[in-house]
Amino acid sequence: METLEPLLAAHPFFTDLEPRFLQVVAGCATNGRFPAGAFLCREGEAANQFYLLRHGKVALQIGVPERGPVTIETMEAGEVCGWSWLFPPYRWHFDVQALELTRVLVFDGQCLRAKCAADHDLGYALMQRFAQVVVQRLQATRLQLLDLYGVHV
Amino acid sequence: MTAPVIVEAHHFQALLDALHQRGYQVMGPTIREGAIVYDAVTRVDDLPRGWTEVQDGGTYRLTRRADNALFGYVVGPHSWKQFLHPPQLRLWQAQRQAHGFQIVDAPEETPTYAFLGVRACELHAMAIQDTVFLGGAHVDPTYAVRREPVFVVAINCGQAGGTCFCVSMHTGPRASSGFDLVLTEVLEADQHYFLTEVGSTRGAAILCDVPHREAQPEHLATAERIVARTAAQMGRSLDTTDIKELLYRNLEHPRWDEVATRCLACGNCTMVCPTCFCTTVTDVTDLTGQYAERWRTWDSCFTLDFSYVHGGSVRTSTKARYRHWLTHKLATWIDQFGTSGCVGCGRCITWCPVAIDITAEVRAIRESDGTVPDAIQE
Amino acid sequence: MMATYPDPMRPQPYTVRRRSKEMGGTFTLELAPTDGTGVPPFAAGQCNMLYVFGIGEVPISISGDPTRPQPLVHTVRTVGAVTRAVCTLKRGAVLGVRGPFGSAWPVATAVGQDVVLVAGGLGLAPLRPVLYYVLAHREQYGQVVLLYGTCTPEDLLYRRQLEHWRARFDLEVLVTVDRATSPWRGSVGVVTKLIARAPFDPSETVAMLCGPEVMMRFTIMALRQRGVAEDHIFVSMERNMQCAIGLCGHCQFGPTFLCKDGPVLCYDRIKQWFGKREV
Repeated sequence: METLEPLLAAHPFFTDLEPRFLQVVAGCATNGRFPAGAFLCREGEAANQFYLLRHGKVALQIGVPERGPVTIETMEAGEVCGWSWLFPPYRWHFDVQALELTRVLVFDGQCLRAKCAADHDLGYALMQRFAQVVVQRLQATRLQLLDLYGVHV
Repeated sequence: MTAPVIVEAHHFQALLDALHQRGYQVMGPTIREGAIVYDAVTRVDDLPRGWTEVQDGGTYRLTRRADNALFGYVVGPHSWKQFLHPPQLRLWQAQRQAHGFQIVDAPEETPTYAFLGVRACELHAMAIQDTVFLGGAHVDPTYAVRREPVFVVAINCGQAGGTCFCVSMHTGPRASSGFDLVLTEVLEADQHYFLTEVGSTRGAAILCDVPHREAQPEHLATAERIVARTAAQMGRSLDTTDIKELLYRNLEHPRWDEVATRCLACGNCTMVCPTCFCTTVTDVTDLTGQYAERWRTWDSCFTLDFSYVHGGSVRTSTKARYRHWLTHKLATWIDQFGTSGCVGCGRCITWCPVAIDITAEVRAIRESDGTVPDAIQE
Repeated sequence: MMATYPDPMRPQPYTVRRRSKEMGGTFTLELAPTDGTGVPPFAAGQCNMLYVFGIGEVPISISGDPTRPQPLVHTVRTVGAVTRAVCTLKRGAVLGVRGPFGSAWPVATAVGQDVVLVAGGLGLAPLRPVLYYVLAHREQYGQVVLLYGTCTPEDLLYRRQLEHWRARFDLEVLVTVDRATSPWRGSVGVVTKLIARAPFDPSETVAMLCGPEVMMRFTIMALRQRGVAEDHIFVSMERNMQCAIGLCGHCQFGPTFLCKDGPVLCYDRIKQWFGKREV
């Protein structure tokens, strides 16, 4: 079976990750697939995985009782989905639903957490990358919060 | 051009009469409500003979002179812009109709003005407003119609005012161009006369109706001396070296916050400034809704609504509004119109209720150029 | 004395020929001069002052096709007394029009390059004339991309036209909304996020932005990050506008008068003022 290392190395999220770390991470990854409508994760569930989207589109949603599920953000090929595996309480904060057939790389978060605890250099490299994702999402969210296109009189 | 002449003070009425005979409405200095303002003058007695002002930051008082000078003052709260750029102007009237509306032509009588007693700084201010109103893609029709026939009798200042800084701004005290006649009033020994220099064929022509005699070299020397003395009396100065770049790179200077603690945003400075030109356009209707008018009135960038865009104003703080006014006057004006917007007349200093001094503000920023607000050291 | 100067403050009566509802509170009006004369030509990016009898006047960008200036097209959203009045005008009603005023989008200088239009909310209305123009001269341009972001799917302006444009093979249209409920399967997220994956060559691109200032600020950051030069980015600025002829002073933004130097400005020219508070 061909390893996933070349695939990971080509992915923008893992660019410049040291080869020995890439090997560890690849060792925790498998290919996966979600048909349209399927949930990659549910709010509140244990977060022991994260996903690298290879193809398709998913929606990050919050279920609001009287409004139904509200989509906060959509993510497409090339994006990373899920950082709750890295931070306590290791629980998903949102629902993520595939809007169309979506192929992913599934990463075993539990396994990687243990490896990061054992090797802090690996931990630092991954933390850097995930922190960047969180920062970008936060900045985007703040803009969305402003309701810029609304009429404010 | 015609050589300079001497007009005796007791013949001054002839100049006023000559202007009236030619159909000019003469606007000149006169005393009203404790200030020297520009209003219609017909007789020499209408002029502030023997009066002068004491001016300083936030201070203006009339006091008596020891002599009978007709133009022994400097500048008051009025400038000539009120005649060329009226404070209130109806732009048009319209009548509602069955299908739509019709704009009604209401031709207005435009007076033909003669301005009497225009200072060098004011000549520059008029030239600046000429650039604004006549030099752009859209000419202001009202300004153009009023400005074209104006007869200008300029006066070289015999003394500096308390707040003047025309020398710094290269706008005086000598009037160099833009006039039909320029006078220098001389009161020496028992003499009282006006050295009169001609600036146009119109000016030369009007002298035909005014008794005069040829000026001698000593008259010219006396006038020079008076103007030089005025120039030496300037109490204030404004260093205009690279002032545009200075202000552009100090938009976050803490001085703006400091001046904002004093500024009342009252807008006096914009009202008395001879170059400020901002107006607001107001559409009004009568109670029946059948008749509408559009008016244009003087506005000030110090008002909260000035920068209103749907939702709110862009410049809500006094700091932002003061900064806008000063950077416009001394910096962005240069990019917009090719000259400074300030002529150094000092009115904004005199008429500011809290005596904010534009020359002091610029000096403060220049002396601490590049300062940014920072944490207070413990 | 007879005035010999044209009066630029006098509106010309125009009749509403057609009125269509866009999304909430927004309408598009098609206008023609009441006296039957022709509509003056305009350049993409310019605006007119629209006057409702007895109520007031507002600046509204022209949203029609500059290659076919008749009828005059304006998309208006209710944000105050005058716009509310404009939005209630029915077919046959008369309003006053002055203009066109202002600077134009750089459709000429963009020839030979990729064109990226980034619109936010109602900002699509002043950019639509660019799209009309570019599509009418399609062979002169490289990649043409429209990135459009708005609040919710219900707020999509010119929705049918967007879908029509999206179906073309020579135009890339990416649409996103700030939030959506479940029937929407398009993108959700800020419009700046679309820039990373939009197909254009940053070294050969002219970008034109129109929308809320905050959105334009962050869009510029994203474009710069992808390598678009500052002098290839154009924004449409908005300030209080009254006379529209550069004489009332209200529309000043730094040293520029938006009614004559703008509203379209090259970012390079105004970058030291752009984003500064209360300027």
